[in-house]
Amino acid sequence: MSEFLSGEDVSIVLCGEAGQGIQTVEAILVQAVKLGGYNVFSSKEYMSRIRGGENSTQIRVSSKRISAYVDRIDILVAISKGAIDHLKKRISENTIIIGDEDTLKDVVRPDVIKIPFLKIAKNIGGPIYANIIAAGVLSRILNIDFQIFEECITAMFARKGEKILEGDLKASAEGYKIGEELLKSAKINIEIEKNDGIRDEILLNGTDVFGYGCLAGGVKFMSSYPMTPSTSLQVFIAQYSKDFDIIFEQAEDEIAAINMGLGASYAGARALAATSGSGFALMSEAVGLSGMIETPIVLYIGQRPGPAVGLPTRTAQEDLNLVLYSGPGETPRAIFAPGNFEDAFYMTQRAFNIADKYQIPVFILSDQYMVDIYYNIPSLMTKDVEIETHEHSVFGAPKSKILWDYIVKTDENYRRFEITEDGVSPRGIPGFGEGFVVVDSDEHDEEGHITEDLNLRTEMVEKRLKKLEGIKKDVVPPELIGPSDYKILIIGWGSTYGPIKETLDNLQSNDIAFLYFKQVYPLHKDTLKFVEKAQKTIIFENNANSQFGNLIKLETGFEIHEKALKYNGMPFSVEEVTEHLKNLQEVERNSTNFLNPQNRKSWRSYNGS
Amino acid sequence: MDPEIFDVEGADVAWCPGCGDFPILRTLKAALAELEIDQKKLVLASGIGQAGKLPHYLKSHTYNSLHGRALSPATAIKAVNRELTVIVTSGDGDMYGEGGNHLMHTIRRNPDITTIVHNNMVYGLTKGQASPTSQMEMITPLQVEGVFLEPFNPLAIAIALDASFVARTFAGDIEHMKNVFKEAIKHKGFALVDVFQPCPTFNKINTYGWFKDNTYKLEDSHDPHDRNEAFKRATETGKYPLGIFYKNENKLTFEETLSVYSKDNSPLFERKTDVQKVKDLIEKKRSV
Repeated sequence: MSEFLSGEDVSIVLCGEAGQGIQTVEAILVQAVKLGGYNVFSSKEYMSRIRGGENSTQIRVSSKRISAYVDRIDILVAISKGAIDHLKKRISENTIIIGDEDTLKDVVRPDVIKIPFLKIAKNIGGPIYANIIAAGVLSRILNIDFQIFEECITAMFARKGEKILEGDLKASAEGYKIGEELLKSAKINIEIEKNDGIRDEILLNGTDVFGYGCLAGGVKFMSSYPMTPSTSLQVFIAQYSKDFDIIFEQAEDEIAAINMGLGASYAGARALAATSGSGFALMSEAVGLSGMIETPIVLYIGQRPGPAVGLPTRTAQEDLNLVLYSGPGETPRAIFAPGNFEDAFYMTQRAFNIADKYQIPVFILSDQYMVDIYYNIPSLMTKDVEIETHEHSVFGAPKSKILWDYIVKTDENYRRFEITEDGVSPRGIPGFGEGFVVVDSDEHDEEGHITEDLNLRTEMVEKRLKKLEGIKKDVVPPELIGPSDYKILIIGWGSTYGPIKETLDNLQSNDIAFLYFKQVYPLHKDTLKFVEKAQKTIIFENNANSQFGNLIKLETGFEIHEKALKYNGMPFSVEEVTEHLKNLQEVERNSTNFLNPQNRKSWRSYNGS
Repeated sequence: MDPEIFDVEGADVAWCPGCGDFPILRTLKAALAELEIDQKKLVLASGIGQAGKLPHYLKSHTYNSLHGRALSPATAIKAVNRELTVIVTSGDGDMYGEGGNHLMHTIRRNPDITTIVHNNMVYGLTKGQASPTSQMEMITPLQVEGVFLEPFNPLAIAIALDASFVARTFAGDIEHMKNVFKEAIKHKGFALVDVFQPCPTFNKINTYGWFKDNTYKLEDSHDPHDRNEAFKRATETGKYPLGIFYKNENKLTFEETLSVYSKDNSPLFERKTDVQKVKDLIEKKRSV
């Protein structure tokens, strides 16, 4: 039989056990596809184990720019026995399955293409080469020049020694040969338009982007305890620590991580700690300390499903409430939740400036899906970024005394917590100037010394909370995507951006717009105006309680009409978002009054594969 | 240098009359003055407890943090600015109870900081419960049938972890205490000084008199570089030895292992990030 895949994009899924090199193939193929002149997007799902299990990676190859996960599988490369069963809900009659002839010997389907991957691999030098042969097959059927593929293989394996590289190059050539035969036999044919310009684009993954944002934000100190999916950012910073004068320390626990960060910040280094929900729970006491001693810190939370340890390697947006309310007492904060690479870079960079400007904890909410995706973009740092200086005279310091990042040179009369009009006191650090920098976790006077004076206590609370007014003025507005005279308004934050945006692009509707929040706290002042304008509102969130929807209600009084909530550990797919919106339009057509609760439909229970 | 320069004018000292914290404070000021420590480069860090309040009574930069957490910020403060002298003051509950994990790992890291633990064998600030170092059979409002846990032995633990400086002194012996403080502050690396200190309000057992009767000084012949001997002496009970038990000058400090100081000793706040370098890094992602 013959399958022709043509049109705008193809979704290839590789599935195998942990340890079979699926992620290596992903890393090679995304490069090869981009250098081959196609847009590429990849996303992975994996189990919490070191070997075995079933992991899969989706690689979309497209003539259009893409940055979202789809359920659809056009080509499945099944490297393990369990692959087909693992993905059965996503395999359709149009899915072409390519697999090892021995592994798939029991699979009886007309659309299965069996190839002796393992036998060939063993001839080359061992089963470890099977994944590279598969990558070679895919590169050939995608019409990627062998030279380009070889270049990617060399870049990946050169450091592993000549012998391994030689084997991998041999495996590549074998893969190409098999691909060639497949094309000749007309079992498979892919025709996607190439664009040579894409070759020179930047190919990144989510972790890289957050990492560059941290570097551009001037991070100088990071202490963290490894925890999926924040570990990749820790690795990124550790690897660049030498080049960028950063101290990276693996802390003994999350408590030490944040407390070290605060100490570093007190001494004048921009500080970062990264963790996930369960680890962040341990940090919350020190979030209160950051608020009390008005010492900035940036906290990066790679979200995954909870409660407690939850699903360690899956995705979720469940930690908004934790971050929003963390810490004893009341203290202002800012929370960013970027949903695409450009925003992830700029919001992360901004987080460091905002933390220093207001001397507060600032949070970046990321998630497993967001950190693991790859896609190509024309460029990342399109605007200049700067590590902001402390230049507002209302902050109380003459310009001559300002250091470059909101730090002032102290004089003998320096008071760390001087009460100012906007609540922000000039921030001094030990060893820079004549003053003493005294900070205390107890309530304190302007100098920083413990006080139990209840009037002073009131003043200090008001001073700290006053900062929220400034923070609100600096809120990044939500971005309205689509028509401004919308009837239906989709609301999303963080990584749901990709699938919502692609759905919207596909639907080309004049009635539907998307309000995308990249800062989720404080809320932008125009939020109410945006939601009130719609006849119908729907929010997409990867949690079961609509945490952001509830925050909008709390802050604006507006209750979002429909809530599409997914919490099985997988991101929304473009198909799911499309289905929700089609259902919503259906309701709209069949009803004269959308706001009638009887016409409301809940998709809360949706739990796809 | 006059120790009075470390006085805090009008400080509202919250310690009880007769508290062993007073001589510790006075002696620390004297030690700092004799060592001519630059006050503008001195950071005192503490956690919570009566001992944790000491930095408020000694004029210096102060980082009074959370219960048990003083070592983490202190390590980082010293790491980002090596020009600072960093001293941690803490109590037995703060350092050996709530902060026990941090003590263990800070010893492993070996930052060049000094930690003075006011060890009064009781929880004072929370009104008289047992601390990790409380003696067996001590009856408290919570340990109603008496403490039945073996007291924590900070010195033996520190020596087992090859801490670079381990000492014990007594708040009732000013000269001894001053000498130990000075040696600890001068020492390059992590220095742990456990100070026997009476709590006149909540610990009626371990009084000045009791400490006097139950301690003695290590002989001049004690070799602090002999780790096995140091460990043996640290496990002595009945009468507790005072002095410098153990020293290991051959360990790299945490700061010395940091690549940021391989070519440049300047504090990190003086170093600006070159944003263009980030841009160049991103541009590299156009090719494999």
